[in-house]
Amino acid sequence: MKGDTNEQALLKGLAHNDSKAVEIIYKENFNMIQAFILNNNGSYDEARDIFQEAMIALYEKSQTDSFVLTCQIKTYLYSICRRLWLKRLQQMGRYTGSIDGFEETVAVEEDLENHEKRNAEFAIMDRALNSLGEPCKSLLQGYYLKKMDMNALAAEFGYTNADNAKNQKYKCLMRLKKLFFSQYNIGE
Amino acid sequence: MDDILLLDAIERYLSGEMSAEERTYFENLRKTTPEIDQMVVEHNMFLHQIADYAANIQIKQTLHEVHQHLLERGDLNEGGALSSKGKVIQFWNKYKRVTAIAASVGGVIALFISGLAMYFSTSVNDPKLEQLGKDLEVVKKNQQAQGNIINEVTSKIPTNARLLSGGSGFLVDPKGYIVTNAHILKGTGAIVVNSKGAEFKSSIVLIDHDKDLAILKINDEEYEAVKTIPYSIQKTNSSLGEEIFTLGYPRNEIVYGMGYLSAKTGFNGDSLSYQIQISANPGNSGGPVFNKNGEVIGVLSTRQAQADGVAFAVKSKNIHSIIEDLKKSDTAFRKVKIPAKSTLKGVERKTQITKVEDCVFFVKAYTK
Repeated sequence: MKGDTNEQALLKGLAHNDSKAVEIIYKENFNMIQAFILNNNGSYDEARDIFQEAMIALYEKSQTDSFVLTCQIKTYLYSICRRLWLKRLQQMGRYTGSIDGFEETVAVEEDLENHEKRNAEFAIMDRALNSLGEPCKSLLQGYYLKKMDMNALAAEFGYTNADNAKNQKYKCLMRLKKLFFSQYNIGE
Repeated sequence: MDDILLLDAIERYLSGEMSAEERTYFENLRKTTPEIDQMVVEHNMFLHQIADYAANIQIKQTLHEVHQHLLERGDLNEGGALSSKGKVIQFWNKYKRVTAIAASVGGVIALFISGLAMYFSTSVNDPKLEQLGKDLEVVKKNQQAQGNIINEVTSKIPTNARLLSGGSGFLVDPKGYIVTNAHILKGTGAIVVNSKGAEFKSSIVLIDHDKDLAILKINDEEYEAVKTIPYSIQKTNSSLGEEIFTLGYPRNEIVYGMGYLSAKTGFNGDSLSYQIQISANPGNSGGPVFNKNGEVIGVLSTRQAQADGVAFAVKSKNIHSIIEDLKKSDTAFRKVKIPAKSTLKGVERKTQITKVEDCVFFVKAYTK
């Protein structure tokens, strides 16, 4: 079906962080989610947070090798958002015992669990990176996040050559790794 | 330093940057040294963590940008926003329904209020009322068609004056005082034409827009004062159902019409006038409304648009009151005297008309 192939293409785009695809999915689904959140005690900011969270969950799901979406993007996002919002309402003690919205939902518990685990890992990485201190943090961000090449990094950070920068990067990386795994293993 | 070399080797191994030879050597090393093997696994996992972390940051960035973009384009709406352009669009999107409703409610209210205003206003400017003065551009054309009359017209109307409107009027004093409607006298002056077609210059001596009455004074040497005015002007109110007739100039010729008094008040309860049932046309304005005894009971002034035969006449007692006003305004008018006795009582209608028609004039207002 045309709709299906269209959604497949969009998901593929999302998996590659293609802003065009993200925009289409965003535009088609955001308003529904926003209405749902607003109708259930939420604010505009919360609607945005929840929706983006769900988008990230979908993105993560699309990264896995065995990725298949057995329902429409819309249904999936709605299901995730609904769960996330319920959870958030409960955490904030604002849950009133009922939640409006009668859209079709699918089981997303497992995906959410994975997503939360990922979030926890990212939080550890974030903390580890932030406790590295400069210039290690920026150097590693430059190399692993911004994907800059060693020569450019050497020039930017003022190392005399790329090899020196590379050495420095490895030193930083070892520290980061140590910080990360100490936290990570506790988390496990 | 060894650790760094090892790390470098592992990274190159994992990213596939090693040459085949180096790769075989490294794989052998992994097999023989469990520590190195462990390090490779661990580092591989760690690199994935970093890559995922980087991807997570990037998708967040993308989402943020898309959100802002859609917000600016007005595809999303968050009540308030960062960009002013987005804000306007969002506000419009958010409130367009409200705006539309408000606008239509406003429109309805405006219509309702203007309707009310119209309903309660008895002004002759009311669209439901038609003033029976007539546009003399048309009259002028008619006159041009009738060749001989136009010469007369041009002789009395000042040169380069423009005719504005026309109506009827009637004598209230033999010396040449004519009562007509104020709304006819749109211009700066007027001439009057009698039933025989003779024209006389006149001046406006009093105009009362509230009562919609005016008084003209003929000041023309050619005017011969009538000996007596055959009709009287009634002071009291007339009764419902009273038979009435009128004379006026809806055409260039005097026209007779008859009907009856249908209500003691005028349009929407206007107590200054009567409602009469008579066929009235533009040009009848200012004409006298007589009862069957030949007493003037009113001055025909307006008719109701969209209602057949419904016309309104200013009550005759208002003529008395404006004559009083006129007398007070200047000593020259002190001698103006309203005829008090009708000589038309019990006289046949045809005779009544012959006697009255000399006192009914065609009024033409002009402006210089």
